[in-house]
Amino acid sequence: MRNSKAITLEEAIHKSGLKDGMTISFHHHFRGGDKVVNMVVAKLAEMGFKNLHLAASSLSDVHAPLIEHIKAGVITKISTSGLRGELANEISHGLMEEPVVFRSHGGRGSAIASGELHIDVAFLGASSADELGNACGYSRSDNAKSICGSLGYALPDARYADHVIVITDDLVAYPNMPMSIAAADVESVVVVDSVGDSSKISAGAIRDSKNPRDILLAKQAAKVVINSGLFNDGFSIQTGTGGASLAVVKYIREEMLARGIKASFALGGITAHMVKLHEEGLIEKLIDVQSFDKVAAESIKTDPFHQEVSSVDYASGEHKGSAVHALDIVILSALEVDEDFNVNVLVGSDGIIRGAIGGHQDTAADSALSIIVCPLLRGRIPCVVPKVTTLITPGKSVDVVVTEYGIAVNPARPEVAERLSAAGLPVVDIHALSAKASSIIGTPDPLPFGKKVVGVVMNRDGSVLDKIFNI
Amino acid sequence: MMFVPGNNPGMMADAHIYGPDSIMLDLEDSVTMAEKDAARILVYNALKSIDYGGVEMVVRINPLSTPYGKKDVEAVVKAGVDVIRMPKTETAEEVKELEAEILKVEKEIGCEGRTKIMAAIESALGVVNAYAIATASPRMMGIALGAEDYSANLKTNRTPGGAELLLARESIVVAARAAGICCFDTVYSNLDDMESFRKEVELIKTLGFDGKSIINPRQIEIVNEVFTPSPKEIEKAMKIVAAIKEAQAKGSGVISVNGKMVDRPVVLRAERTIALAEAAGVLSKEDL
Repeated sequence: MRNSKAITLEEAIHKSGLKDGMTISFHHHFRGGDKVVNMVVAKLAEMGFKNLHLAASSLSDVHAPLIEHIKAGVITKISTSGLRGELANEISHGLMEEPVVFRSHGGRGSAIASGELHIDVAFLGASSADELGNACGYSRSDNAKSICGSLGYALPDARYADHVIVITDDLVAYPNMPMSIAAADVESVVVVDSVGDSSKISAGAIRDSKNPRDILLAKQAAKVVINSGLFNDGFSIQTGTGGASLAVVKYIREEMLARGIKASFALGGITAHMVKLHEEGLIEKLIDVQSFDKVAAESIKTDPFHQEVSSVDYASGEHKGSAVHALDIVILSALEVDEDFNVNVLVGSDGIIRGAIGGHQDTAADSALSIIVCPLLRGRIPCVVPKVTTLITPGKSVDVVVTEYGIAVNPARPEVAERLSAAGLPVVDIHALSAKASSIIGTPDPLPFGKKVVGVVMNRDGSVLDKIFNI
Repeated sequence: MMFVPGNNPGMMADAHIYGPDSIMLDLEDSVTMAEKDAARILVYNALKSIDYGGVEMVVRINPLSTPYGKKDVEAVVKAGVDVIRMPKTETAEEVKELEAEILKVEKEIGCEGRTKIMAAIESALGVVNAYAIATASPRMMGIALGAEDYSANLKTNRTPGGAELLLARESIVVAARAAGICCFDTVYSNLDDMESFRKEVELIKTLGFDGKSIINPRQIEIVNEVFTPSPKEIEKAMKIVAAIKEAQAKGSGVISVNGKMVDRPVVLRAERTIALAEAAGVLSKEDL
């Protein structure tokens, strides 16, 4: 077409004016199936770039090839919400000279919007795009290959980066409307064979967990929600995607039907479970920053009351439009919770980075009630501990901790403890849970951390919360 | 009663959190020959060190005729187990032999009479001898059906309706009631078919069993639902018990509730309903 922006990746990089030392950005909507980060960084390495700052909304197992590019000096700094797999291992062992900067989704959005995290060139994978750059996480064509649904984490990059390159494997006729990323923000469009492995982008049909511990935790968490005082007509809720979180939705649904109440909205990562409740009329609107499965990705394409939201509008603390400001209840998971209700979702009990902050800090801080669902023990690992290995979400944001050995309520929320006790739930002191864990497992040896800082954990307001040392 | 393999520390550590009435740690069929000693040590330590929060603890030992049986008895009695479950029980003599073994260990540590016995009946001979087994020792607290071995012994197969188990089930309930002890039904192993499981639990409740053996925490809720009396049943039972108390106070033997004559069997059933409601936690002493 006339004025087409479609060029090759190499041409687009040349055109962007990218220079050594600049910041490039990516989103993680293709999750474990992402091919964009590896493809682009390999090209940048081939073109001889050095000293780049890679600012992704998150990184996972599939990004292990970055290790070689870090060793070669192509990438010398990383900002992300999370790290997993071999890359996380190597970084935990001290691969990089400069510490990785970890931000929550809302924190990243704020940092991009304020300029604290300035992006020179954003490389944004899209499930469909036209030649001017209108792009989506789904496609209306018959050639759709890599569907992810919402592009919420990519939207701040598209809006605030100096230069935006959309990369797609499904070039569709203009106009690709309605769009997530608007042509007005896009400088170039690159068409490639594949942006993602669709089998790893989203789970197919998520089955209900059959793990009895997950079911037990979910039932208890559902009872906390139901008896929280917030479970009224028009309430709002956000849950994660773990087995326990998904099962919570099932039990809450039964109680919503029994009481004849509806939720005004569900927020955050949207799953087939939430879509089902929405379609049944039990949740009026879905506000979707990330579509976790194919059902959710299909729903956001077809349902006008299932809305995409940018990570800024989802979860940024100071932003005047943040949906978290209106959120009643959030159900979150944790690797560790400590006696001060501090939560760690990033660093494992072995000192290795193996997680992501995600929206944890944001939703815990701004929701009316934050519920952490966490087993007391994972095998031989205690999950309620005297002090978390790494501080991710401060205890003042955390209201309730649900374990299989009882429910602890933050002393700052006595009214919640009172309501839960009155409902016959086993409310216990968090110190008793921690003591119970150590009575069963014993006290683990302290982790042999080194002296090199490999990661810095930012709070959502831009302050430093904690440091992660090499191991 | 939830079965937990005695060689799985992860499952043993927190089996009680799901709320079973009793936990049976297994040293017999779920443990391979090579792991018998390790499992015994694990079970011993679990009983000694884990706070099961008052749940009744049962251990299924290996038969005394194997090289492991006596060692199992020694370990679990010393660890303070509540009940020893004897597998494949066929005669009263076997129960007496186990009783003697238990007593020997109890005397050694000075806690005579502490350990109770549950006998699993898993063969035609066992069913024929059910009453003799049930009354073989004052330690006998219950008898239980083991359906897999039993149906193999009968030269038949397990079927969805359980027709092949009917005589065994009824014989075990009758023997237990005649002996004044408890009776427990066999396990149901298809975890993907909760509807059929519920039907089986309803059947064995009707037959008169006190409870069901289970192999997964997910089965607990259904057993509890079936065995827990409904609010209507509880209300009726409480009316009957109240009426009979009133009648006794007046010196009258026969009463009527809602126009129906209430005699002794009706009162006994009402008392059992209240006991079940209490056990299920839907009725407290203050409600009475």
